[in-house]
Amino acid sequence: MPAMEMIPTAALPADWRDFLALTKPRVMSLVVFSGLCGLLAAPELPPFVLGFTAILCIALGAGACGALNQWYEAELDAKMRRTAKRPLPAGRMNRQSALHFGVGLGVFSVVLMGLAANWLAAILLAASILFYVLIYTVWLKPRTAQNIVIGGAAGAFPPLIGWVAATGRIELLPVLLFAIIFLWTPPHFWALSLFVRSDYAAAGIPMLPVVAGVENTRKQIFLYTLPMAAAAVAPWPLGLTGVAYGISAGVLSFAFLVLAGRVLANRTTDPREMGAEKHLFAYSVFYLFALFTALVVDRWIA
Amino acid sequence: MPSPEDELIRKRQREGARVLALLLGAFVILLFFITIAKTSLNW
Repeated sequence: MPAMEMIPTAALPADWRDFLALTKPRVMSLVVFSGLCGLLAAPELPPFVLGFTAILCIALGAGACGALNQWYEAELDAKMRRTAKRPLPAGRMNRQSALHFGVGLGVFSVVLMGLAANWLAAILLAASILFYVLIYTVWLKPRTAQNIVIGGAAGAFPPLIGWVAATGRIELLPVLLFAIIFLWTPPHFWALSLFVRSDYAAAGIPMLPVVAGVENTRKQIFLYTLPMAAAAVAPWPLGLTGVAYGISAGVLSFAFLVLAGRVLANRTTDPREMGAEKHLFAYSVFYLFALFTALVVDRWIA
Repeated sequence: MPSPEDELIRKRQREGARVLALLLGAFVILLFFITIAKTSLNW
């Protein structure tokens, strides 16, 4: 990779805080939360220490994904304002250290999951790490505007892994939870990519607003919100959850649709006037937290 | 007398070693409890 020369080489041993930053702790929090909800929504619960270890493994697996993503995209990160201060583009860490850290963390998380919970959960965790790193980061992201659509599957694994860690089985409800996050990912990321599209364009990443235009992206956001809302409500009519979840999912999804509708109606191309897009992005994070909280509360009061 | 850069390198190495020691200690304790849970509850 000749562009690697753009990145300054670290002269000092990396600070442990930079290793922590490699794991993208903010992204990890959503992953841990959805994995925990998958585990808590399961019909049988493992002993506390084994459940804790399963969630720790999901967190470490997500950290490995973050580290390997930053290792591979170091020169892209250097071109974007939002990511230029990360440890690798800022020259606070050697690229090889990031690679070793990411691979080590990934292998450790999978083996520990297999030993503490079960090997089906470990296989799913390994699949999610490989999918994120190889299919999304290396293959899809630099090549196609559909990167987020297919790559979203990687972020959809945690509730399924949490459930399987508790039960050892794959059932319909965790598969629906997978579908919800899978369908939620495009509206969430496209809302963000609308108001930071100049960053993506500068880095040459073919995000949908860069390739297909702002108006088309707004249409796609709305279109993806429809099946997402349907998947979110589906567990209730299917008899997999109670009325508390059904009402919560209905209200939360309706608000998501309203905000997606506001994005669809917005006509500006100036990121400073993209209030609707920023609201949708912020709400989409809240939506997932609230929806999964409702699922667990519903399961525990039933 | 060590240069300021050598001092900084030593400081980073000390901090890194301390964090690693804490993590390894936590891992040993975690393994202990995993073993207890696996053997006593037959899960």
